Amino acid sequence: MAEAIADNSERELPYVRAITEGVREVLLEQDNSFVAGEDVAGAGSVYGYYAGLLDEFGPERIYDTPISEEGIVGLGVGASATGCRPIIDLMFMDFLGECMDEVANQMAKMRYMFGGAATLPLTMLTMSGAGASLAAQHSQSLEAWICHLPGLKVVQPTTPYDAKGMIIAAARDDNPVIVVLNKMSLGLMGPVPEGPYEIPIGKANVVRPGTNYTIVATGRMLHEALKAATQLTELGIDTEVIDPRSLQPFDTATVVESVKKTHRVMVVHEAVRFGGIGAEIAAQIQEDAFDYLDAPVARVGAPFSPVPYSPALESIYVPSAKSIVAEAKKQLGL
Amino acid sequence: MSGTDLDALPDGGKHADAERPGVTEESRWGKSATGASIKGANALSLHVPEPVGRPGDEPNFSHVALSAAGEVSRPAVDAYAGDIKAHATSLVRVLSDDHEAVGEWAGATSLALCVQGLRAMMKVRAYDERMLIAQRQGKTSFYIQCTGEEAISCGQRLALERGDMCFPTYRQQGLLLAQDYPLLDMICQVFSNSRDKLRGRQLPVMYSAKDYGFFSISGNLGTQFVQAVGWAMASAIDGNNRIASGWIGEGSTAESDFHSALVFASVYRPPVILNVVNNQWAISSFQGVAGGASATFAERAHGYGIASLRVDGNDFLAVHAASKWAERRARSNLGPTLIEWVTYRAAGHSTSDDPGKYRPKGDAEAWPLGDPIDRLKNYLIKQDRWSEAQHEQTWTALQEEVRAATREAETYGTLNEGPKPSALEMFEGVYEEMPEHLLRQRQKLGV
Ligand SMILES: Cc1ncc(C[n+]2csc(CCOP(=O)(O)OP(=O)(O)O)c2C)c(N)n1
Repeated sequence: MAEAIADNSERELPYVRAITEGVREVLLEQDNSFVAGEDVAGAGSVYGYYAGLLDEFGPERIYDTPISEEGIVGLGVGASATGCRPIIDLMFMDFLGECMDEVANQMAKMRYMFGGAATLPLTMLTMSGAGASLAAQHSQSLEAWICHLPGLKVVQPTTPYDAKGMIIAAARDDNPVIVVLNKMSLGLMGPVPEGPYEIPIGKANVVRPGTNYTIVATGRMLHEALKAATQLTELGIDTEVIDPRSLQPFDTATVVESVKKTHRVMVVHEAVRFGGIGAEIAAQIQEDAFDYLDAPVARVGAPFSPVPYSPALESIYVPSAKSIVAEAKKQLGL
Repeated sequence: MSGTDLDALPDGGKHADAERPGVTEESRWGKSATGASIKGANALSLHVPEPVGRPGDEPNFSHVALSAAGEVSRPAVDAYAGDIKAHATSLVRVLSDDHEAVGEWAGATSLALCVQGLRAMMKVRAYDERMLIAQRQGKTSFYIQCTGEEAISCGQRLALERGDMCFPTYRQQGLLLAQDYPLLDMICQVFSNSRDKLRGRQLPVMYSAKDYGFFSISGNLGTQFVQAVGWAMASAIDGNNRIASGWIGEGSTAESDFHSALVFASVYRPPVILNVVNNQWAISSFQGVAGGASATFAERAHGYGIASLRVDGNDFLAVHAASKWAERRARSNLGPTLIEWVTYRAAGHSTSDDPGKYRPKGDAEAWPLGDPIDRLKNYLIKQDRWSEAQHEQTWTALQEEVRAATREAETYGTLNEGPKPSALEMFEGVYEEMPEHLLRQRQKLGV
């Protein structure tokens, strides 16, 4: 992948182990940090990304909680309001439904409502995304829900390097930060430096530089966009691919700068297209760079229907390099 | 008698792992809001539940409170909830160790019904075994067995009437098989093939069969419990005499859905049976993590003034008799009953789970309440209504029936081979009519 992601370390780790390392660095660094969630201790999470942490840090820093997402988030809110720096685990992002009041009306608003007296240095890790045949209630990408809530920060690591660095940045931040992980990326390999480091929250990453087309792709769609960019080269399109990394706050400047150079842009995400974060990004682009646009801003996202179970259907449902290229050709009149 | 014995847990369940490496005073106590570290003699501490055994340990079930078969009384059907509180900590059992039906709960179940129940349980087990193989062969991505828990769903279904509605979890396939629901329909759903009634949309095992009183299954836990109460309320609002049966695992009683269901059931007293299947594990979390070490799950009902029973879930006769008792109460307008079924999840949580990582080996065999099929079989043999030969024959015949249905289902495709649900299916059914913008997306995808 491009220079922007590379670092001076030769070591490669899968995304799943990069998560473990990020959490471990936080636990080593912050005495008052602990992990709480369903199946996180004995099993190290259903995806194994806390593996080994119970043995290293003990049961008073890694808690298997009762099955209550409302309880888990409430625990995180209460504990962070009293000065701890909890890492809470929401097994699947779909379970936001179970705890939305704690997220939307408590976690997000306390600092503001309490006259600034409350600080919630809370980190929430959650697993999103389709592609694993987990159907309508375990496959959603609901980041638009939480990006719409003033008071929350939302980051979406796309690589092992980002996963570790973003977890550390989230845990050091004095605001509640939701780290939206991707279940299909768990095996993805990439360079991960030893020791702690931060990916700054609110800065986009130009992953592939290009001159005459821009694709802004979030989450796992980054990798589909990079594939699409390679295919578009054959059509004479030199695509710049931007990973926003942080959705809230959103780095409009980096995207606008690119569009001013390339004049044509597409926004891609895995979530349902209607009302997705892509709509916000497209609107910001036309506000700030309308005069530079040579074509309408294109958007690629999922159909306005729940995620199907059958892999035969799901593979059509989820956007891919193929659907990105098809949409780009239409947009660019190729 | 208390449901669980705190003293049986290491160190009274407290600080079981205080000596683990890496656990410093600082890390244990954290810091106060003012940033000052709290520790020392007066510092508070948490109770962190730890299971009695982990991998490598010998199975140990000394903490599970048992009653002898026949020991627990059978209250009148119109008993007042407050008068039967002891039934939430004792254990209703009918089948004795020497294979007799004993005590006041015996006699509710005819021998003919026992034979029917035995066949149903064996069919469930044969079905689970075959689907597990099918999963390993890649014909489906995922399967959930109910090994060891067959008596609960089969016994209760046979105590209900047609028209009653069950709101199951993913571990009550017996509710369908006890009614001889077509195997072919179940397997086609599991294979997500071209004949799948749920059209490739839903996870395997999440059947939906309104005609058979099987509501549907949610991937997100607990939601069905409140819905069961709502359905029961509607039955009363409509003035008919159907009842609902809600199901939940002990782990999921932590969800607020469980508590909402109980408070609504307490306020309106609708005709509903509230089943808590305590199979000791919720994926990797033992029942203590759901609060089972502080009180039994049946005792949860007391705060709501709801009648409750704690019952041996591996004893088909106890299951049927207790279900019948609760069914009579509900249908006679005497309100809800909560039943905790004490059982053991003998298999992994699902095909994605490896219980060897978090619990001792050989625990299912050591489980003190035995295997439900063996126990009913031994009873019927002792009653001269069954024989080893008959058992063998029935098992072979059921295995063949399931195998034949599987073969037939395969002609409609499996997860990765043969015909599949049409891509159209992911656009249909979102709304009564397809909205214009979805229609456009469909056309764009060339579907
Ligand atoms: C709202 C929600 N939270 C968490 C999960 C993940 N999950 C699936 S099954 C399960 C364990 C449930 O255990 P229990 O209720 O005891 O039922 P059992 O599986 O033992 O039958 C968990 C945590 C989920 N599906 N939905």
